[in-house]
Amino acid sequence: MKIYVPLDAAAKALGADEVAAAVLAEAARRGVDVTLVRNGSRGMVWLEPLVEVETDLGRVGFGPCEAADVAGLFGDLVAHPKALGPVESIPFFARQTRLTFARVGLIDPLSLDDYAANGGLTGLRRALAMTSGQIVTEVTVSGLRGRGGAGFPTGIKWKTVAEAQSTQKYIVCNADEGDSGTFADRMLMEGDPFTLIEGMIIAGIGVGATRGYVYLRSEYPDAIAVMTEAVRRARAFGLLGASVLKSGQAFDMEIRTGAGAYVCGEETSLLNSLEGKRGIVRAKPPLPALEGFLGKPTVVNNVISLATIPVIFEKGAAHYKDFGLGRSRGTIPLQIAGNVQFGGLFETGFGLTLFEIVNDIAGGTATGRPVKAVQVGGPLGAYFPPTMFSTPFGYEEFDGAGGLIGHAGIVLFDDATDMLGMARFAMEFCAIESCGKCTPCRIGAVRGVETIDRIARGDAAAIPLLADLCETMKDGSLCALGGFTPFPVMSALTHFPDDFSRLKEAAE
Amino acid sequence: MSQSPRVLEIIAAHAGLEGPLLPILHAVQAEYGHIPQDALPVIALGLNISRAEVHGVMSFYHDFREEPAGRHVLKLCRAEACQAMGANALADQAKSRLGVDWNGTTLNGAVTLEPIFCLGLCACGPAAMLDGRVIGRVDAARIDALAVECGA
Repeated sequence: MKIYVPLDAAAKALGADEVAAAVLAEAARRGVDVTLVRNGSRGMVWLEPLVEVETDLGRVGFGPCEAADVAGLFGDLVAHPKALGPVESIPFFARQTRLTFARVGLIDPLSLDDYAANGGLTGLRRALAMTSGQIVTEVTVSGLRGRGGAGFPTGIKWKTVAEAQSTQKYIVCNADEGDSGTFADRMLMEGDPFTLIEGMIIAGIGVGATRGYVYLRSEYPDAIAVMTEAVRRARAFGLLGASVLKSGQAFDMEIRTGAGAYVCGEETSLLNSLEGKRGIVRAKPPLPALEGFLGKPTVVNNVISLATIPVIFEKGAAHYKDFGLGRSRGTIPLQIAGNVQFGGLFETGFGLTLFEIVNDIAGGTATGRPVKAVQVGGPLGAYFPPTMFSTPFGYEEFDGAGGLIGHAGIVLFDDATDMLGMARFAMEFCAIESCGKCTPCRIGAVRGVETIDRIARGDAAAIPLLADLCETMKDGSLCALGGFTPFPVMSALTHFPDDFSRLKEAAE
Repeated sequence: MSQSPRVLEIIAAHAGLEGPLLPILHAVQAEYGHIPQDALPVIALGLNISRAEVHGVMSFYHDFREEPAGRHVLKLCRAEACQAMGANALADQAKSRLGVDWNGTTLNGAVTLEPIFCLGLCACGPAAMLDGRVIGRVDAARIDALAVECGA
């Protein structure tokens, strides 16, 4: 008997370890031979811990499970009160296009055999037979753009690094996923770490880099543990090292732990941190592609960008490019979060409207109250009111609507939310996390909190001042922290003016 | 410098790394629960940088402590997705249950309460982490149970 209980942090946070222990205890009590696999999460967080049992009909799901539900898994499965039927037929899952996340939840994350049996390493083997130029062209043709948020074409970044002359180049994976409402990087690293490793190797071979780093935030201890073990196994297998899969080409990598600074998700700040410095933002130019880690040419890519590389090489750039909308090609792992009925990860081609995502997929709020606002793209993303839910999910489309898709986190808020409070939090967060290098961010965020407090006290004259301050931060900041904090602030002010015009009690 | 021999070992163990300072600081903190002041000159000497540089790096990052924390550290997420599920009210309840403000330690030294900005548990908020163990859908009753578990 084979039973799957996720090791994903969200599943663990909801009791998966207790369920896994109960499975082993019940199996021992009954004298049944059980193979327990700790898989990644299928991404349906409201059903976690989602236990799967392998049957003649395929893998059937049960959730959300508690330890008390485990005994029933050894009896009549159809009659089990938490039975969900075949997992991949659950509508939330069945509607997705899973390319980057194809193996997440399906396989044992740390089994290279499982990985290879489900398409893993196919892309790398193909890339190993290609020239550097062909590899870079394949990525360019796929239309892949940076999934960290900036949306820069990945192929162009790789081309710059490939053409740079240097004795040493680097691949740096940005796994400092600090945006609230996002967890795709975490899920991928916990659920299918070899995909990221394979993507980094292809990047290394494509641009001529022999060393790689994953800068992984310290808030993700489970992801750190899985990635560290995966790198160890990849090295033992000969996937990493002096001769990748006996190709004669070298690539090795390390997992590095961040230290709780949000700004280190900004690529130049990340590079400074990786070098052992304060995570201060660097002015650009020089581009990291030319002078990055330790001053050498460096590809800095997000986890999802790099983890999408293997499937592009496995299925071909054209296959990937066929999904999407406009200049946003391929798929995007939407992360649906906050006050939400059906929260989790939903990978789909670009182009769904916010309305479809919020109502059809997410099922509205968990509290059952009307949706008041949706913040898209993390703490630096705009708040969208329901009147703007017709916006299709794409880089240009969101830019045109005064927002950004960022790392594709979508956070729902119900009608009890005070948008002035959310705007104040955006400024407060910027003040706490500012690296301090540029004045508009360092000072502006502090003044922003004060100005919003004036508005809260009923001082309407402070409203134009806030707008002016946001303009300065937007134009004058060195990086996205100071430059994009105006998105949540101004969208809250513009779309929810009532929350800014009520005379607030001084005590608030 | 009672810690000096162990700190020297940690430095030596990281000597081959490119950019070794953060890994060294993490290792020192894992060993002592904080970064002892007298470890700074040892690290500075070992890496051939100034003591001010070591202090500057250490003080930049939220993770590194100058003083030891309580026996347990409870981190509560303050970020937007958890706020959408009532994290602000929960934080107030936790502060009042433990009798501390953010970054405070209970009088008996059992728990330090810290804010954290996102644990990646945004679809099962409010989220918390107790000594590296993640917890989702935290409510006041759970806070109380955790406090009892920690002896606070």
